[in-house]
Amino acid sequence: MPILVALFLMPAASALGAERFALPKFKSGYELPPLEVPPAASDALEYLDVAALAAALALASYLALRARSRRALWVLMAASLVYFGFYRGGCICSIGAIQNVVLALLDNGYAIPFTAVAFFVIPLAVTLLFGRTFCAAVCPLGALQDIVAVRPVRVPAWLDHGLGLLAYVYLGAAVLFAATGAAFLICEYDPFVAIFRLVPFTRPNAMMEAFGGSMGMLILGAGFVLVGLFIARPYCRWLCPYGAMLRLLSRASKWHVTITPDECVHCTLCEDSCPLGAIQKPTTDLPRPDRLIDRRRLALLLILVPLLLAGGGCFGRYLGEPFSRVHFTVQQAERVRLEETGQITGTDDISDAFYKTQRPREELYAEAGAIRGRFDIGGTLLGVWVGLVVAVKLIHLSVYRTRTDYEPDRATCLSCGRCFKYCPVERKRLKTLKGEPTTP
Amino acid sequence: MPTDNTTNNKTTRRNLFRKGGLAAGAAVVTGTAATLAAKGRSDGTVWQIDPEKCIQCGNCATYCVLDPSAVTCVHALKLCGYCDLCFAYFSPGFEPEAGIEAPAVESQLCPTEAIKRRWIEGPHYEYTIDEELCIGCGKCIKGCNNFGNGSLFLQVMHDRCVNCNECSIAEACPSDAFQRVPANHPYLLKGEDH
Repeated sequence: MPILVALFLMPAASALGAERFALPKFKSGYELPPLEVPPAASDALEYLDVAALAAALALASYLALRARSRRALWVLMAASLVYFGFYRGGCICSIGAIQNVVLALLDNGYAIPFTAVAFFVIPLAVTLLFGRTFCAAVCPLGALQDIVAVRPVRVPAWLDHGLGLLAYVYLGAAVLFAATGAAFLICEYDPFVAIFRLVPFTRPNAMMEAFGGSMGMLILGAGFVLVGLFIARPYCRWLCPYGAMLRLLSRASKWHVTITPDECVHCTLCEDSCPLGAIQKPTTDLPRPDRLIDRRRLALLLILVPLLLAGGGCFGRYLGEPFSRVHFTVQQAERVRLEETGQITGTDDISDAFYKTQRPREELYAEAGAIRGRFDIGGTLLGVWVGLVVAVKLIHLSVYRTRTDYEPDRATCLSCGRCFKYCPVERKRLKTLKGEPTTP
Repeated sequence: MPTDNTTNNKTTRRNLFRKGGLAAGAAVVTGTAATLAAKGRSDGTVWQIDPEKCIQCGNCATYCVLDPSAVTCVHALKLCGYCDLCFAYFSPGFEPEAGIEAPAVESQLCPTEAIKRRWIEGPHYEYTIDEELCIGCGKCIKGCNNFGNGSLFLQVMHDRCVNCNECSIAEACPSDAFQRVPANHPYLLKGEDH
């Protein structure tokens, strides 16, 4: 057995595995090989990603607004799916970048990668200019759902609008968990990343496994694909938190795709062409001359706004406590507390990890307490946000708008271009229609 | 909504709202971009394991999206005692006979025989990790930490890691040992200054 010698080599010897055996003094001229680790992979591909993103967005905007070609958009969409989805493994994506941005804004110790900033900001800026062309042909999650939507059925408007609010809730929750450093929810529950990883040509030197330790994600992805056969783009419409932000920006966009290339002839042919229900009909009924009822309703809603905000805030604060348990430190503190008070005998991996650090328990409890405090505030804010979303939706529904033509709803329209070919004016432009279109 | 900007240049309330929205949106997007540009770094961060926190639970071998895992064992030879009877190399209870360089598989702790043993002089052997074979299970590390110097430890290998935005091993790590480190210092090596 080698001799036990006091440690002297390692400057900051850890508690465990301190040097029990000294490094031998070799007489045979043996020299210690240096510790070699492979360098980080070159980030050339990441720059290529950003360039590809910018190019794809420019092309998508051109194809949707200028060329008005659904076929070309479909090809671009398929190419984006192959590159951003299957080749790059769906990571990093604009949706997930929300969390990096939130973390960077709140945690000064976190240096956000340049690619995450680019993936977050560029599609937002393009949406402000041209509408949601990112969703049409660049986002790999959207592309996957778009390609599988073979038999889309019409979803009732009330259900579509109601479920659409979920995206804002999800956005709020993702921001809360990223801001508290608890988890990246969007990445953890990305339903399609497991499908992207199924195709094993992701990166030059690596073989991706379908599911990083969890079969559940693949089942979730398969579920979304199955539903997506009959309901076009369920994730995009009702859950995507980035889509929620794009909806807001697209409303104000400088330019936007139109159904008809020229003037609308009110032929009604495009009415049912949109699988997303994003085509708005011209208003036929005039607002009631006596608008007393509508005014009362709006007044009532405006009074309701503070109540909704307050109610949401209270509910959110109540949820702060259970939400905080997602955070590792809170989990660890709870486990250690249970062991300390004797409610649980024996240790597990989480508590062992804490005992290994040899820190006092009180320190852990204080840290967990601070995180719980952050969740109290964050949960309240999340609740207020949800209340606000509901309030704005209700008010929005109560405001009468005159529309003279068939138009895409700027918020929900993804600029996919499916409606183009239904428009006789467009067919005339392309000379695929014989005779003149007639106005009814 | 107005059909087109060209056909409707009147300043309606709706037009005004849209213009205001556009200006506000542009301000928010540029503001965020400017703030992030000031905070961001071109190289960003990568995932790494803090060896001081790691408890060798075995999740690294199974939770990675790669197969085999991007995590492998690393050996800091300058911390190693070059022991004849290595608790990271031999299964518990195995007594090596003098002069055995490579004992039978069943007497090795490593499930993939990724630790290579080479005689140097006297009772001293050099142990190196064949990273191609290592699956990152951490069994050897536990042995070395318990009875030896703790010269072995797990690290994320950056020629393998695809740097997922949220590392699935980090989600499963019971000791919070995974952290984002600056990409220009991608390793947390025992016995080295970092």
